[in-house]
Amino acid sequence: MPGGSGRLACVGKNAYMAGMDGTESAPIAHQHVRFTGGLTLECGVTLPDLVVAYRCYGRLNAARSNAVLICHALTGDQYVIERHPLTGRGGWWENVVGPGLTIDTDRFFVICANVLGGCMGSTGPMSPKGDDPNDLWGTDFPPITIRDMVRAQKKLIDHLGIERLFAVTGGSMGGMQVLEWAATYPDHVYAAVPIATAPLHSAQNIAFNEVGRQAITSDPAYAGGLYWRQGTVPERGLAIARMMAHITYLSETALTRKFGRRLRTGTAVSFAGDTFEVESYLQHQGSTFVRRFDANSYLTITRAMDYFDLAAEYDDDLARAFSGTKTRFCVVSFSSDWLFPTAQSRDVARALNRAGANVSFVEIDSDKGHDAFLLDEPDFHRALAGFLSGCAEHAGLP
Amino acid sequence: MNIIQPPIRYVAKNMRLDQRLIAEMIKPGSRVLDIGCGDATLIDHLFRTRGCDARGIEIDMAEVTRAVSHGLPVMHGDADNDLAYYPDNAFDYVVLSRTLQAVERPREVLRHMLRIGTRALVSFSNFGHWQVRWKLLRTGKMPVTAVWGRPWFDTPNIHPCTIADFFELCEDEGYLVEDWLAVDENGRRSPWRKSARMANLFGEQGLFLLTKA
Repeated sequence: MPGGSGRLACVGKNAYMAGMDGTESAPIAHQHVRFTGGLTLECGVTLPDLVVAYRCYGRLNAARSNAVLICHALTGDQYVIERHPLTGRGGWWENVVGPGLTIDTDRFFVICANVLGGCMGSTGPMSPKGDDPNDLWGTDFPPITIRDMVRAQKKLIDHLGIERLFAVTGGSMGGMQVLEWAATYPDHVYAAVPIATAPLHSAQNIAFNEVGRQAITSDPAYAGGLYWRQGTVPERGLAIARMMAHITYLSETALTRKFGRRLRTGTAVSFAGDTFEVESYLQHQGSTFVRRFDANSYLTITRAMDYFDLAAEYDDDLARAFSGTKTRFCVVSFSSDWLFPTAQSRDVARALNRAGANVSFVEIDSDKGHDAFLLDEPDFHRALAGFLSGCAEHAGLP
Repeated sequence: MNIIQPPIRYVAKNMRLDQRLIAEMIKPGSRVLDIGCGDATLIDHLFRTRGCDARGIEIDMAEVTRAVSHGLPVMHGDADNDLAYYPDNAFDYVVLSRTLQAVERPREVLRHMLRIGTRALVSFSNFGHWQVRWKLLRTGKMPVTAVWGRPWFDTPNIHPCTIADFFELCEDEGYLVEDWLAVDENGRRSPWRKSARMANLFGEQGLFLLTKA
């Protein structure tokens, strides 16, 4: 089943995406599957119609035992190793996933789904509420949780006829989904690799998210969340949210190395504007982001992250989330990641020990901050590849 | 593009002497925790030759990364701080090879080992060896030998002990010494198999198999 095409592929109705000029651009057809049975969310609301957009890479073996599910981060999507249909840029994990690479698509069947609440084809605030394609959920979209995202992915995995995933992996919010997968569906996950993540969203991280949300909702163009009706986009607010968040993904060392105090235009000093290189870099990050991301999606997904507290689902005992698990774990953190610091990964590793789980835990020495999991980190790639190889041997995969 | 090397297959001949002796004491198919496992040579050996479910803890991150890169289940941590997070009776054997002298609280570490596991396997370099005694007597300075190779101000070995000390600790703590042996520099086990006093003088390393009495 190369590239996920064939009988399992289901490209149907289009998802809509607002263009950067605020008008509705040509709709993009995302590969997806529709579950007419819907999904009842943790909040109690039932989404009558559930669409899960996804991409697959590699070939599913006859035993259907070589599937690796990749869970993307807050602003990631299912286009892991291919040209993005909206930005035209390469995939976000091209350096890790591919033929002969760390997650080897010659060996594994790689699946990645756009999260529930997202804006790349899966059901989210930009999806039609009912039969009228112009009546979108918008701010009426119910609050969702990381577990809701995982339950939507489970439907996709069932649909693909995969009983047990060989591995589930992902960084940041993707790592939260990995933990939730291992806790909710232990018999369906052979190996789990939560990367640069935490068992709960810390007060500091909720605080950062809240600043981003305030930036968005206070942008007049947000129009109380009804911007899509008037064909505008809260570009300013969304860009500021992205700029602030982007700082948290880096480290002081990485910023200093990349930009230092370099001025953008010689020695000119001005009161405002992009005097320093780091400023124009951030502004660029902000402006490119608004082209591809929906504001209400951003609010919905950041909220889902904030709600995440895996132990709370198990009487505040994280070990209970994994009791009796047979899943093999590899917990990975990065030394300069201050958004999801190593101490939080260590908490996960220790809880897994208390549960008697088979766990590897490594902190990769890196000065690139939280984003290190997306970047060229040879030690990380070696550890990930080695862990997967070891698990493949135990699982009897060729 | 990064090239992924195939995992290196360790073989027994690469193992340290004490690790080989430890491996011989472990029953096939056991659950084993190796504390201070280094690059997990023993873990790999136990898995491949004895079908054991062996896991490890290591304090040196570079070693952890190397072990995980070879597909071996090792976590970063240390004997003093991480053993508390393992449940009771989770392992058949808990191994501490050449690490006891470097931990902060050896007695607590041993207690945890016998809480987590049914049996503890402990190997350590014997500070009662005649060369150590002779050097201290002759020079009046902290002995530096092939085994105790670093000066007193620059050694991680903060709790050296002798084979006699260890017997005494086991008695105090109520541990049953199921088996023990001492080896000299060349790995020869005899002729002190029966005499703890002789072993304490000529044995370079001690290896103990303990259970709770």
